[in-house]
Amino acid sequence: MSPDQLKYSTTHEWVAIEGETATIGITDFAAQLLSDLVFADLPPVGKKLIQGQPFGEVESVKAVSDLYAPVSGEVIARNERLTERTGADGKTVSAELDLLTTSPFQEGWMIKASVSNLGELSSLMDQAQYQSHCEKSGH
Amino acid sequence: MSYLFCTPDEQQQMLERIGVDSLQTLLDQIPSELQLRRPLDLPPALTELELEQHLSRLASRNVGTSTRACFMGGGAYDHYIPSVVDEITSRGEFYTAYTPYQAEASQGTLQAFFEFQSMIAQLTGLDVANSSLYEGGSGVAEATLMAMRCTNRMGRVVVAGSLNPEYLETVKTYLVNKSTELVVVPTPGGTIDLVKLESLINDQTACVIAQQPNFFGCLEDLDKLSKLTHAAGALFVVSFDPLSLGILKRPGDLGADIAVAEGQSLGIPLQFGGPYLGILACRQQFVRKMPGRLIGQTVDRNGERCFFLNLQAREQHIRRAGAMSNICTNQGLMALRATVYLSLLGPQGLKEVAELSCRKAHYAADRLKLIDGCELLFGPPFFKEFVLKYKHGADVAIRKAASANIDIGPALNRLPGLDWIPAADKDQSLLIAVTESRTKEEIDRLVNALATS
Repeated sequence: MSPDQLKYSTTHEWVAIEGETATIGITDFAAQLLSDLVFADLPPVGKKLIQGQPFGEVESVKAVSDLYAPVSGEVIARNERLTERTGADGKTVSAELDLLTTSPFQEGWMIKASVSNLGELSSLMDQAQYQSHCEKSGH
Repeated sequence: MSYLFCTPDEQQQMLERIGVDSLQTLLDQIPSELQLRRPLDLPPALTELELEQHLSRLASRNVGTSTRACFMGGGAYDHYIPSVVDEITSRGEFYTAYTPYQAEASQGTLQAFFEFQSMIAQLTGLDVANSSLYEGGSGVAEATLMAMRCTNRMGRVVVAGSLNPEYLETVKTYLVNKSTELVVVPTPGGTIDLVKLESLINDQTACVIAQQPNFFGCLEDLDKLSKLTHAAGALFVVSFDPLSLGILKRPGDLGADIAVAEGQSLGIPLQFGGPYLGILACRQQFVRKMPGRLIGQTVDRNGERCFFLNLQAREQHIRRAGAMSNICTNQGLMALRATVYLSLLGPQGLKEVAELSCRKAHYAADRLKLIDGCELLFGPPFFKEFVLKYKHGADVAIRKAASANIDIGPALNRLPGLDWIPAADKDQSLLIAVTESRTKEEIDRLVNALATS
């Protein structure tokens, strides 16, 4: 989905809804604030999400930031490209964290979740509201 | 760096510079009812000569390992310290080095700690070690909390009753405000009963903690213990004796996920209980959950190799309440001593120290067992220390040895816990450790002292 079709939280997560499945990531604004990302700690499949509660962490050289669930539900997939993993040939493949800056709304998605309460979406912002929120927060 | 004076003249100059009439003015912000307003009640200052005489007289009332043979065990040991260790660590650059937060000004100390970490990783057979913790007891406690973080299990921690009782007290202290259940497996036979242990591990267990050799000097079956632990999805924490690895298999090779130790045996004197050296190593997958400082190697902007503090985002000064631990230091000077010691001895030297300690301990035990009234409290094989049961009482044994200028102990009744050992046994039992430093003459003298009534 393109950014103008997404919903946003005040803590800089975005949500793409298709039916009852949410795809969640962080915005380009957030990635830029964090800079020099070195590690993403994403939850395993099956982990329960509660709106507004931390579901993982993203780490830069100088700080660690919590990732907050924009909606409640259960994790059904996570983007393995953002984690270090063993390839088919047995070699270690590095985490492709640059995706969070080069393609934050597409290839840099973090988790997919089944949404338990679609009503929660009304508490999220649309793109215009989110951009206004970013300007106001003075960064 | 120059030495800065603070004479009355200089104080006056400083006051004039900042436009303040007296030192008291600077204290005016403090409510007057909280100000002392009188000199401290101290005796008059001594001259350097008087002070040295006074302290020397006090110090001469101590007895130490240079005048008496030390056969004491229980976590700190009289192993030999080659003079090279003092020589290198007393160099001003090392001795006065402070915390290495400015990497550009700390390359020497950072390199030394990187070498320490590398050697500990090799020694334990694990992937990564930190640059040290305070000492053995808090090391076990940190490993416990780390295992809870790694497994996300806060319900239960299972610990061998053969762990150093003072380390166990430390673990209890660290868990005091958590609802985690600490289950101690009694070890009446001297080592862990595997059947009993299996019944105590559940799916809420974060880790199983064992010591090797254990507090009684006996060898546990780490291989079986690690399998039982992992079958339940828990982590295996081992508190090891660094010098024992000269002949024993490494904790990493036997399934330990986190290995911790007291490093006092590695070139650190007994020095009345401290400072000592905490060691922690673990598997790579847990690196981000480790407590303590981690030194990393990288290249500077000129492509030159250099060292730095890595993964600082685990630490307190960045994560605050979210940090892996509240520790924000390491035992730098002690870690350096261990580094020098390990470099000097190498694998061959470690093997020799371990073999000598083990053989001498067995020679001592074999001779002591022959004395009427003496027996070993536990049956399992031991490394360099054992528990001697003396029918006339542990305190009698200690006094008899002391009269021959030999120190043994501690008596088991001096330690907290150990409730599954009958009180009568505890009153008669004490630890005896034999290191490579002990001579045949000293061992024979100990045997004779205990043999005579």
